[in-house]
Amino acid sequence: MLDDFLLRAFLGGVGVALVAGPLGCFIVWRRMAYFGASLAHSALLGVALGFLLGIDLTLGIAATAILLALLLLLLERQRALPSDTLLGILAHAGLALGLVVLGFFETLRLDLMGYLFGDILAVSRSDLLWIYGGGTLALGVLAAIWRGLLTATLHEELARAEGLPVFRLRLAFMLTIAIVIAIAMKIVGILLIISMLIIPAATARCFARTPEQMAALAAASGVLAVGLGLWSSLATDSPAGPSIVVASTALFAVSQLTAWAMASRTG
Amino acid sequence: MTAGAPAEEDAEALIAARGIDVAFGRSKVLARVDLTVRRGEIVTLIGPNGSGKTTLVRVVLGLLKPQAGEIRRRPGLSIGYVPQRLSIDPALPLTVRRFLCLPRPQPDAALRQALEEVGAGYLFEQPIQGLSGGELQRMLLARALLRDPDLLVLDEPLQGVDFNGQLALFELIGAVRQRRDCGVLMVSHDLHLVMAGTDRVVCLNHHVCCTGAPEAVSRHPEYLALFGPRAAEGLAVYTHAHDHQHDISGAVVEEQEHGQSARPKERA
Repeated sequence: MLDDFLLRAFLGGVGVALVAGPLGCFIVWRRMAYFGASLAHSALLGVALGFLLGIDLTLGIAATAILLALLLLLLERQRALPSDTLLGILAHAGLALGLVVLGFFETLRLDLMGYLFGDILAVSRSDLLWIYGGGTLALGVLAAIWRGLLTATLHEELARAEGLPVFRLRLAFMLTIAIVIAIAMKIVGILLIISMLIIPAATARCFARTPEQMAALAAASGVLAVGLGLWSSLATDSPAGPSIVVASTALFAVSQLTAWAMASRTG
Repeated sequence: MTAGAPAEEDAEALIAARGIDVAFGRSKVLARVDLTVRRGEIVTLIGPNGSGKTTLVRVVLGLLKPQAGEIRRRPGLSIGYVPQRLSIDPALPLTVRRFLCLPRPQPDAALRQALEEVGAGYLFEQPIQGLSGGELQRMLLARALLRDPDLLVLDEPLQGVDFNGQLALFELIGAVRQRRDCGVLMVSHDLHLVMAGTDRVVCLNHHVCCTGAPEAVSRHPEYLALFGPRAAEGLAVYTHAHDHQHDISGAVVEEQEHGQSARPKERA
């Protein structure tokens, strides 16, 4: 049954959406959308390194994202430059360097569009293995640090005063983002990954009363977007990855209208 | 420098800091500061803005390592910290109940009891984003009480709370101290209100200017130099009685020993 490319595409998309929803909530709460986007952009360097070293591309991307996250933590210790400036430097240096390195592979016909915007219809069995293995790991880490990270997100000093290992929580969170970026690249591509993280979370916000509800709703809305996107891609022959993001955005628009209607009815 | 007993001989001390020095870069924030808080005692740190009050609190909480001096905490000391402010991103849905369950889940009965203790039982299922300044402070206090603290540390608890709310909140802190016999370390720049119900005032301006009972401190020349002679008169403000009082939602409620408890407390 897994021979069907459409089924593999759907399973891959669902796997990414399930972990991207809860993780995306934290990215929204901690205002780290730019951080996520930057790490994702620099993933192209990971692709290039993967080719250069002959290792699995997903592994190359995950390793690059982790290294950049650590580098950023290190650079943040000096206070002369704001961290979004540092992020911008790292992200675009990574993207540009990746393109330059990939340019040396003349013999290799690279599908650059596939890396930038995803190639969900080409998801293979081993991709699925990566997505579900990495996704399970990421969800496990997120579940383990959930309460601590939530406390630190609300008030970092309070969390530290109560003895929570705030730095290690942040580190674990960044590593989780790196893993999810690596597994999501195949689905929507490095330029659109951040949308899989933040749009479902934003969609879920107005219907949730607790953080956990928001995480669950975000995962559900991500799964729905994958289904709708793939369906519309089939129906209209549109590119699949971007179609998923468009579907996700449509769900977000509907959620905003619904919230607005509910608010005006209750006065 | 300290009016109290030396820290090493003080068996009742929950925390005893001695000779604390903290400098950020070249500016010295704390110089040879001593601070002791004992069980059942309310100690208030006062001082002008930027005098190092919050820095000293961070040292007490273990968030900041002083360059010199030592701080001793009673073994097994549990600290309940009420931070100065809590700003929660509107994108994060959170009810009071869920907030109280961070970072550890607690049974509902314990949560309700803690909220009742601070007079905010009605907040249980409310979203945090809609709370007033006073309600937020009470919620934070309830959360600190859930840790069953030996020492409560409150950083500017009265900030962002309207005047009558401040009185009520301040009385509540006194009542909690009475009931639980815990130590309280409080930071304030609101001299009038705080000094009236405090056992010991530590007046800080990078060093300890003076320390002692509120009445004594308010006549101390260094205190008068910092805050001006009018600050001393402020102490009298709290001996007046209201003919009614407000609960934290603002409604007028019946008089209940209010005038009495608003007076400077005598230590039992």
